[in-house]
Amino acid sequence: MTDPGAAGPATGPDQSGEQGETHHWWRLIAIWVVLSAILDPLFYFLAGPHIPPGTMTDVAQGAQFDFNVLFVIALPVLLAVWIYLIYAFIMWRASRGGPDPVGGEAARGHLGIQVGWILVTTVVVLFLAGFGTYELVQPGGAGGGEGSSPIWTPTSKTVLPIQVIGQQWKFTYRYPTFGGFETNQLVVPNDTTIQFNVTSLDVIHSFWAYQLGVKADANPDYNNVAYATTQELGSFIVRCAELCGIWHGAMYNNGAVVTPQQFETWAKATEVRLRRNTKLLPPFALTYTPDANGADGGYYPDNVDPYSNVEQYGAPQPKGGG
Amino acid sequence: MSLAWKVTVTVILFAVAAVAAVVLIVNLLGQPPTVDFTSSSSGAPVDVTLQSVGTYGSGSHPTWVSYLVEDPQGQWVHTTTFQVPAHVRINVTIINYDSGSPLRNQQLGQVTGTYGNVATLNGRPFRVINSNAGNGVAHTFSMPSLGISIPLYGNNGNANLCGAAPCTTSSPHQVIKFSFTSPGPGSYRWQCFVPCGLGFLYGNGGPMATLGYMGGFMQVAA
Repeated sequence: MTDPGAAGPATGPDQSGEQGETHHWWRLIAIWVVLSAILDPLFYFLAGPHIPPGTMTDVAQGAQFDFNVLFVIALPVLLAVWIYLIYAFIMWRASRGGPDPVGGEAARGHLGIQVGWILVTTVVVLFLAGFGTYELVQPGGAGGGEGSSPIWTPTSKTVLPIQVIGQQWKFTYRYPTFGGFETNQLVVPNDTTIQFNVTSLDVIHSFWAYQLGVKADANPDYNNVAYATTQELGSFIVRCAELCGIWHGAMYNNGAVVTPQQFETWAKATEVRLRRNTKLLPPFALTYTPDANGADGGYYPDNVDPYSNVEQYGAPQPKGGG
Repeated sequence: MSLAWKVTVTVILFAVAAVAAVVLIVNLLGQPPTVDFTSSSSGAPVDVTLQSVGTYGSGSHPTWVSYLVEDPQGQWVHTTTFQVPAHVRINVTIINYDSGSPLRNQQLGQVTGTYGNVATLNGRPFRVINSNAGNGVAHTFSMPSLGISIPLYGNNGNANLCGAAPCTTSSPHQVIKFSFTSPGPGSYRWQCFVPCGLGFLYGNGGPMATLGYMGGFMQVAA
């Protein structure tokens, strides 16, 4: 009786190298190398530049680069699995009327393959962990909220601070270097590092300027700082990324990156246009503690005096009040 | 337990579950009615009148603050959804019967998105209301996607305010008027941005989170 695993049409991949046998492994490796060498550059150079969130800021470009690197590394792994599966389906399938495929030497484990697979995947995963950790904070915090005392700061010495104020259910923006006016519009200059100071007047929101690559939680009584350096003109959308109530889905607005000259013109004109209301706003601060209408976190019935005229947006809290 | 009991209990539980499901579906699907202002002649300005009341005074939530819309026949409808034609002048009159308070964010004390970024309060034009002075701001009529926001000056909280809708002008009130051009067809959310949901966290639950009270839609027909 012959050993069905040693010969016949159902020979396994470890038969390669024997006289007269198909060199399955070399064939598999050749297919894998060729496909990877074609598809990886195709993706990186053709699709890569269009991967969200785009390149409107340095941190957005960083996110795009990270995604492309991860995909370029993942694609050969994906190809290796698919190529092997498809190859096996075609080459080692049971033929109609032929002998059933059975185990044997060809079906046994291969120590070299197992060790190699674990070694390669471990190296890939460890590299990606290191790469991802580094990229998570560079450049300048990678567009994420870094809390009130950022560790990773941008290298630019000229920073434009803009305060993002979330409230149910809209964002408003204060420009402290232009008299502290507050507006519904988020307009930023190009080629400028923006320091977003994100806070909230009520519940937790999340400021997500998608195309800018910036995402920072807006917490009441907390200043969450995120940085981005603009490098492309255009419009972007801001959404709230934290479920914050019934109109959360409608909490969005559009913003624009304009030239520095256009920004100066807009900011100065808006400062003048809103000057009457700016006088009524509380002085610029990194956080505000609105007390009127129970906004200190208390419920209405517990609020001592929700309609007191001294309790106003941004006003200092009386000791023991609220 | 006998078979008859088991069957009886099963039927009762099934009936209760079925009724609960029907009630839930009816409540979820229940929408406030839409007041239609599209029957006017083509291109003609449309007059929309609303009132804001401190307490609706009846129904399932008599203590809730609410808006009402006056239909073209002059009847007040408890709704916050109305339909207007596209690209026409919309003249809005809001009669506010509620008291005011300081705004959580004075940014909402500005008039924006109307013709000239101006509105009138009892016939006098204004652009900003200082919510920390006088009677404060009772509510806002804000449509964020169109940049429209108008603060509604409050009434004196110590006055004998109307407590049941629909209110009449015999009660203390403020009349706020403004105009804007309706956009293209679509559904545009509008709401009050004063957290006036008494008894709810941050004042933004209850009437602030229920269609037909302090927020709704402006439907723009083609």
